[in-house]
Amino acid sequence: MTLTIVLLGAAALVGIGLYGALSQQSFVMLMMGLELMLNGALLAIIGFWSLSLGGMPEGQLLAIIVMAVMAVEMAIGFALIVALYRKRQADMTESLGTLKQ
Amino acid sequence: MTDLAVALLAAFAVWTGWRVFRVDSMVRASFSLMLSFVAVGGIGVLLSAPYIGVATVFMMAVEMMVMAIFMVMFMMNPAGLNPMMMVHQHRLSIGAGLVAFIGLGAAVLLSPLPRDPVPEEAQVVAQLGHELLGPSMLIFETAGVTLLATMVGAVILSSRQGRYGAADEGARPPGLTEGGEPAGRRPEGGGGHGHHHHGGH
Repeated sequence: MTLTIVLLGAAALVGIGLYGALSQQSFVMLMMGLELMLNGALLAIIGFWSLSLGGMPEGQLLAIIVMAVMAVEMAIGFALIVALYRKRQADMTESLGTLKQ
Repeated sequence: MTDLAVALLAAFAVWTGWRVFRVDSMVRASFSLMLSFVAVGGIGVLLSAPYIGVATVFMMAVEMMVMAIFMVMFMMNPAGLNPMMMVHQHRLSIGAGLVAFIGLGAAVLLSPLPRDPVPEEAQVVAQLGHELLGPSMLIFETAGVTLLATMVGAVILSSRQGRYGAADEGARPPGLTEGGEPAGRRPEGGGGHGHHHHGGH
């Protein structure tokens, strides 16, 4: 029962995050969507580890890796945003048409 | 009891996650995201993963503070006084989000979930430590080197000066015809101010 609740919550977080990542125009808000999806993944990992793995330590390791991925994503993401802003004064996805042709 | 607390925290995490895209100020959005992470950390503590839970809370508190600073830098609606709705392909996104939720939810509800909880007497934090510095040390070390590479990459990407002077000096988009005018926006032309401006920043 607990596992079902946790996994449904994780599914909802992934869904909301996907919505945000696809719909937001501002780069920073878009990254919030990505973070939210990772949040859902983290929740699902915690739930699975705690309730169905019998305490295998590798489950916790996976959660730690997801956290490292979050840190990497955020650092590189913001660095890319700053670099884009420096080069093109762009802070919205619509401002980036130059690569299209 | 634990069930109820977990359910409440999960509902709170989802609700605050939803608020991220509903509030009018980006700073509020980042704090809302932080609350969502804190709720997930709380679930971790409740579900016998104290280290993961507390580490999530600490890491996300710091990360969202940094994010809030970036929000202030890039925000077009500083005080959240006006409605903020900057979306594209809105219907498609709602559809994709719903499909993801319904698909994952159906998978959760329709599949037989294994049931093998952490034993009461297990020393989970000690086990994690032995795993990190034992069999999985290579993974752990790789994560450390990855984070180092991330730091270097972030500094290089965001620094104004390249090794041989300004990074975009002489940069010019290719012309439509050979030697012709650039087809796209010029970087120095300050394009990208299509429908909003940064007055007052």
